[in-house]
Amino acid sequence: MPKIEKILIANRGEIALRVIRAAREMGIQSVAVHSTADSDAMHVRMADESVCIGPAPSPQSYLSIPAIIAACEITGAQAIHPGYGFLSENASFVQIVEDHGLTFIGPTAEHIRIMGDKITAKDTMKALGVPCVPGSDGGVPDVETALKIGEEFGYPVIIKATAGGGGKGMKVAKNATEMKSAFQTARAEGKANFGNDEVYIEKYLQKPRHIEIQVFGDGKGNAVHLGERDCSLQRRHQKVFEEAPGPVITPEERARIGKICADAVAKINYIGAGTIEFLYEDGEFYFIEMNTRLQVEHPVTEAIFGVDLVREQIRVAEGLPMSFTQDDLSINGAAIEVRINAERLPNFAPCPGKITQYHAPGGLGVRMDSALYDGYSIPPYYDSLIGKLIVHGRDRREALARLHRALGELIVDGVDTTVPLFSALLEEEDILTGNYDIHWLERWLDANLAEG
Amino acid sequence: MVGTVYLQPEPSAPAFISVGSTVAEGDTLLIVEAMKTMNHIPAPKSGTIKRILVDDGDAVEFGSPLVIIE
Repeated sequence: MPKIEKILIANRGEIALRVIRAAREMGIQSVAVHSTADSDAMHVRMADESVCIGPAPSPQSYLSIPAIIAACEITGAQAIHPGYGFLSENASFVQIVEDHGLTFIGPTAEHIRIMGDKITAKDTMKALGVPCVPGSDGGVPDVETALKIGEEFGYPVIIKATAGGGGKGMKVAKNATEMKSAFQTARAEGKANFGNDEVYIEKYLQKPRHIEIQVFGDGKGNAVHLGERDCSLQRRHQKVFEEAPGPVITPEERARIGKICADAVAKINYIGAGTIEFLYEDGEFYFIEMNTRLQVEHPVTEAIFGVDLVREQIRVAEGLPMSFTQDDLSINGAAIEVRINAERLPNFAPCPGKITQYHAPGGLGVRMDSALYDGYSIPPYYDSLIGKLIVHGRDRREALARLHRALGELIVDGVDTTVPLFSALLEEEDILTGNYDIHWLERWLDANLAEG
Repeated sequence: MVGTVYLQPEPSAPAFISVGSTVAEGDTLLIVEAMKTMNHIPAPKSGTIKRILVDDGDAVEFGSPLVIIE
């Protein structure tokens, strides 16, 4: 594979800046693509070149494959970094990119296809020795079969759309009475959101944590793991607060599950960054899904391991080896990320608008990944993430104190944000001790923010 | 449409339009090549070509003005 001299970033916002920064440090030119709504966006300003690829709605711009390929052709970019979201896990996009003689900075179309289908993903992982949640082997055709499965596993169970994601097409049945309506709703949501009404059923764990393992492969049978992130604090299946290492994961558990994951991806010649997500309860890991891309919360892993994951993605896409081996990787301290969204509490209603003043926190162990600037107008067309505040300390206690300090320095005026949520969470004993599960935040929000 | 502009149907052929020529709605004004596909860009209305704002071989992005028709 030839050396990459120019990368087009098929994304926007902070993740586009993230890639531009890595590329620039490697001496690689960057091309930003943007919609008409993003003409003044920071990624357009910061890239070496930019191309307007369509109108504001993302299906005609950030999701427009012909426009993005054409933008590569007119700028001479040899590679595309997809960021996260948008086209990052679209197997046919990857195929088209490769068919045009361009390099996709990410996994192969085949790996994306396998992991994008939840049933195939689970079968593949199971065969690779990754522990899975007890579940139906494949799609469940009707309510009668669903009821039989519910009896076998014991309630509660969760019904999930095979093609689903982002919390859509997922329903919990607490008992046999609830099964019929949960089954039908999951099917209908699968059909409406993803055009596929196939559903499968899994045992529903009571109070698990969301633990995910960062893996990285070179596409030639070598792979490493970079420990875990605990992303249990979620609202409606959206992560809001992530940390590494996980506050309850022991070094032995990390080494065991990490090796299983690294071996699994090595066996399939996986290339680039990937995340294997688990539910964790009572010392056991249960595979949920694999994300075949860089994740929003990758900076906490970068902080504790001292590596640049985007740089590594670009290296392996060029056919180079990773710049570290498993033995080179050791954990230094603790890191936390909070997602700053332009949302108004208590309902988390999206809050686009003009930023009248923006001041990023700084100092030792503080990283602010954001595409905001004074006078920037947040367009209403895209997601509400406007920044990620990542803090790193020698231990969890120091990281928490640093987060408290940094949140105090951060100024985002003009729109409502989720900052007050994090300030409030830092007053909670359970957060300070790391005593939370995937239901903790929803319960806390119900109890504390219901009346606004 | 993002791509490369061609003012004529093939390299040796005459241009689709010139300043002062008249076009009917739907006539091809020029071609934008994207992903090896030649996309004919039709006139959105009938009229006289006042200006051609792009040169043959130019790269254009979404929203670029191409031709002024009066």
